[in-house]
Amino acid sequence: MRAPLSWLREYVDLPADVTGRDVAARLTGAGLEVETVERTGAGLTGPLVVGEVLAIEELTDFKKPIRWCQVDVGDANGTGEPQNLICGARNFAVGDKVVVVLPGAELPGGFKIAARKTYGKVSEGMICSAAELGTSEDHDGIIVLPPEYEPGTDAIALLELVDDVLDISVNPDRGYCLSLRGLARETAVAYGLPLRDPALLDVPVPNGEGYPVEIADRGACDRFVARTVTGVRPDARSPIWLQRRLEKAGMRSISLAVDITNYVMLELGQPLHAYDRARLEGPIGVRRAEPGEKLTTLDDVRRTLHPEDLVITDGRGPIGLAGVMGGADTEITGDTGDAGGEEAGGYAATTDVVIEAAHFAPRAIARSARRHRLSSEASRRFERGVDPEAAAAAAQRAVDLLVLLGGGTADAGVTHVSSVTTPRTVLMPASHPGRVAGVDYGRETVVRRLQSIGCDVYGSDELTVTVPSWRPDLGAPNDLAEEVIRLEGYAHLPSTLPRPPAGRGLTESQRLRRRTGRALAGAGYVEVLSYPFVSRQALEQLGLEADDARLRTVTLANPLSDEDPELRTTLLPGLLAALRRNDRRGSHDLALFESGTVFLPTGDEPTPIRPPVDRRPTDEEIARLDVALPRQPRHVAVALAGDRAAAGWWGAGRPADWADAVQAARLVAAQAGAELEVTADRHPPFHPGRCAALHVTIDGERVPAGHAGELHPRVIKAMSLPDRTCAMEIDQEVVEAAGAGPLRAPRVSSFPVATQDVALVVDTGVPAAAVERVLRDAAGELLESLDLFDVYTGEQVAEGRKSLAYTLRFRASDRTLTAEEVTAAREAAVTAAGERLGAALRGA
Amino acid sequence: MSAPNKSYDPVEVEALKPAVIDRAREEALAAIEDARSLDALREVKAAHAGDRSPLALANREIGALPPKARADAGKRVGQARGAVSKALAARQERLEEERDERVLVEEAVDVSLPYDRVRPGARHPLTTLMDRIEDIFTAMGYEVAEGPEVEADWFNFDALNIGPDHPARTTQDTFFVRPPSGDAPDPEDAGLVLRTHTSPVQIRSLLDREPPVYVVCPGRVFRTDELDATHTPVFHQVELLAVDEGLTMADLKGTLDHMVQSLFGPGMETRLRPDHFPFTEPSAEMDMVCYVCRGASVGNPDRPCRTCSSEGWIELGGCGMVNPRVLTACGVDPEKYSGFAFGFGIERMLMFRHNVEDMRDMVEGDVRFTRPFGMEI
Repeated sequence: MRAPLSWLREYVDLPADVTGRDVAARLTGAGLEVETVERTGAGLTGPLVVGEVLAIEELTDFKKPIRWCQVDVGDANGTGEPQNLICGARNFAVGDKVVVVLPGAELPGGFKIAARKTYGKVSEGMICSAAELGTSEDHDGIIVLPPEYEPGTDAIALLELVDDVLDISVNPDRGYCLSLRGLARETAVAYGLPLRDPALLDVPVPNGEGYPVEIADRGACDRFVARTVTGVRPDARSPIWLQRRLEKAGMRSISLAVDITNYVMLELGQPLHAYDRARLEGPIGVRRAEPGEKLTTLDDVRRTLHPEDLVITDGRGPIGLAGVMGGADTEITGDTGDAGGEEAGGYAATTDVVIEAAHFAPRAIARSARRHRLSSEASRRFERGVDPEAAAAAAQRAVDLLVLLGGGTADAGVTHVSSVTTPRTVLMPASHPGRVAGVDYGRETVVRRLQSIGCDVYGSDELTVTVPSWRPDLGAPNDLAEEVIRLEGYAHLPSTLPRPPAGRGLTESQRLRRRTGRALAGAGYVEVLSYPFVSRQALEQLGLEADDARLRTVTLANPLSDEDPELRTTLLPGLLAALRRNDRRGSHDLALFESGTVFLPTGDEPTPIRPPVDRRPTDEEIARLDVALPRQPRHVAVALAGDRAAAGWWGAGRPADWADAVQAARLVAAQAGAELEVTADRHPPFHPGRCAALHVTIDGERVPAGHAGELHPRVIKAMSLPDRTCAMEIDQEVVEAAGAGPLRAPRVSSFPVATQDVALVVDTGVPAAAVERVLRDAAGELLESLDLFDVYTGEQVAEGRKSLAYTLRFRASDRTLTAEEVTAAREAAVTAAGERLGAALRGA
Repeated sequence: MSAPNKSYDPVEVEALKPAVIDRAREEALAAIEDARSLDALREVKAAHAGDRSPLALANREIGALPPKARADAGKRVGQARGAVSKALAARQERLEEERDERVLVEEAVDVSLPYDRVRPGARHPLTTLMDRIEDIFTAMGYEVAEGPEVEADWFNFDALNIGPDHPARTTQDTFFVRPPSGDAPDPEDAGLVLRTHTSPVQIRSLLDREPPVYVVCPGRVFRTDELDATHTPVFHQVELLAVDEGLTMADLKGTLDHMVQSLFGPGMETRLRPDHFPFTEPSAEMDMVCYVCRGASVGNPDRPCRTCSSEGWIELGGCGMVNPRVLTACGVDPEKYSGFAFGFGIERMLMFRHNVEDMRDMVEGDVRFTRPFGMEI
């Protein structure tokens, strides 16, 4: 909402030295968001005067037509002689009144005016266009003024060229501030000055002679005022002051009748509609649209109406989308020659006007506007709540202006259909605002503040507050408390701290998540937070089988990009895209990780219910809300490419490989105190020979937790990833559930250790993990640790076999072990490996 | 070598004459002093202190002396051998020192060489900034509460007093989930959304707990904004909710002040401006003094501040007293309890706290951006 300061001053006697910035600061403090304060005509100094064109000579020797004019500027030039002026515009004739800037003046933008030689003549100033005066972007010729102004009149004052315009972003609860009336009220309160309410007009009593109106849906339209003005001069144009106010408020002047409806809407906040009475057939009606009905709105769009749309009708059908936009059929037609007249095709210019000032239910208007993607000045106001009590005054104001400016006659008939409404009353303890704020305001202050915004207040300790008709947002004690507190000033609130009960800090899960992030970062991984949006193609690039659960996605109805409408079921697409982006930007040795939500619907989730909000939902209702949600577990993933250990002056680097990916999984599991079982698997998107399935044990049950390994070459190619890219993805919640709980401290023996090395030859297909399990199992409790220090295949072992070399360390907690004990333990381990896995001692 | 001859009892033995012993001693000490290397010293040691050295041989002859001469000779030989042994040890130590010094110099390296074979990783600054904010509030006694990202719109809207016709529900801002059954007439009726704020976690917290409730709700939220330098459709919020008996706006202000001072240092001020949100009443916009210019840029064209556009204040987010209707929808008696809530975007805070100029840097996962942030922020 743009509000010129000069217009605000009409309703509030602000001190003369108050600037737009001052008012903006006060209004900001009272809770209005003033986005800008624009100084119009900044830098403009006169003389700038009205001139009357006396003579025009067309100069034809130049590339474009040029006019040599003599213009009467009265005594403004000090001589009273006609002013000689060169002008390139052609939209004026002898006798027209124009705006002339004389030598010595300065136009906005630092443009100094002097007499200068041009087109072979000396031009003593210039005839001005709107763009040159900074009043609009309009470059279509110079300004032609209405004829009534005397030559020599100061045009700076006449055109109200110098002004401050406040641009205010109005919150949805402050609909009344979408009017000068509302902003003037806030300004008056902010300065403690009285308000001259422009809605306080004498309005004639309704009678049965006005234009007939029939309201079928009283719930959606509780008020409809119709007034008629006849005999409006078709050639009447909006006076300068009206045009200028519209311009400053950001609207264009169209025709007198339309300008007046816009002006009154800006002034009082009541959207009006003007109908050409000659084009109305029969009574005006208000009802819901019928299925299939169509309407061409003023923006020349033919719209199919929805049965919930509220429409204005006449005898033929819909003539307007109520509260949103009028229809083209009953549009006001201006004088021939103006733009509206040509479009209206053949209709005579309007002389008899029917003014509509109605009040519609905010919800109905909001729904229609949204349904038709049509937000108008009217719908914005109705959605936020218009003062129903201002309808009659607004209609009266429009009638007055049409009579005054258009030479029309007010019809005696006054239609005013209205449902009985009782003012809204709120009961509130006088102490309530203070209790909300944490400040003791005292009853007097509370009452005074509420009265200042238009409330009637009764009572002592318990206040009965009748809220004004323009404040539909005030319905509860806290609403009134906010008014008191904001007017007393949020800036004056004290600062105190509540005392919450003693807390327990983060939960185990939250700690685990942080620990996991730190462990991965400590191991060289850099965290990525990628978007959860994926495309079906991205999932398909992973080489998933048709029945893979990861293809069962949650799909967005309105994705930002039609290419990424799915929510991720795996972190890998986003993480790998980040890896590729880094690689392309020249970082090639990469270790990335992500910890985030994946979305795993079963596809059978029911539509969620919508419990009422006037009570707590029942436990059953909460359960039904939750069961509608897809499962959303947190996953952790890593992706690696290039060197894991960098090459440098110390020598070669070590490429990242599948083992790093598995190790990352072990690291994640270790943070939870969980042990991972690693087995070979075939699982997209991994290399079939370099893929580890990761399992944990929860309550004795083996549960899949994720996969790790090198990516399949086809996936690497399809996704344009670096060769040998490796990855891991694991379910954080499964890992957490497998956690062992608080660690039991190890007993540290101070007796000497006995170390034995064994090399076992097994078939290449036997996993090292299986050998290790058997060795540990059979070596018994004397075994302190076991380390695989070499894996060998080659000439010295048979084809299809591999040698695994282990160091076994034995120790007892209570004695030094004898050689016999150590040998026996080692033999037991080797024997078990032989029996269960076909292992042979190497060299034996 | 001959064994001592007990029967032989000369009065004098040549090798034990004092002059001979003294000479042997002097020769030994001189040789030790002349030894230039550990190898040379080893030879000197063999010659002058070994089994066949003059002093060792002399020592062996002592038994041949008459008893009364033995003590005298023994003392002389013993002293001579002691002196030689001591000199050897001293020389040995000195030569070892010299050798060590030489060797260690030879072993010197260029300690300025780089050696990051595995470069350190880092957590994302948005993660660590959220951690830090959580820590401020857990230290005050708050719990950290979390909830689902795909959320029922009852939690995301209805329970927060955002009725079915509220503009925030339109597709302008909200990602709606397409119902699994396929074709619902209107996506807005499907009932599931990507949460547009972490406020549904406040609702869940109130349903899960008995008042007093003090929770902080960090998390990812979603709005249909295209990614550019200052917008992202996926961003992070921290919201706070306190519901207790007798909470006031002054408590809200104090809690905000505490947070801002914890994050940005003592003396940082906050400011509340009236605003409107459906879920709070009264509502306010919260600003903090510009972290960079501390207000010095206001009205001072010579010192413009890009962080606050020379306004002196930075907009943090929205806040207010929990709307009693929200409490009612959660089964909390608004006559008995009141509450306050606030929420702000982590991306924005990271931008001005760490001078990040482009939102995309936080989104793209470029390691060059993230790595310097390390483990904590």
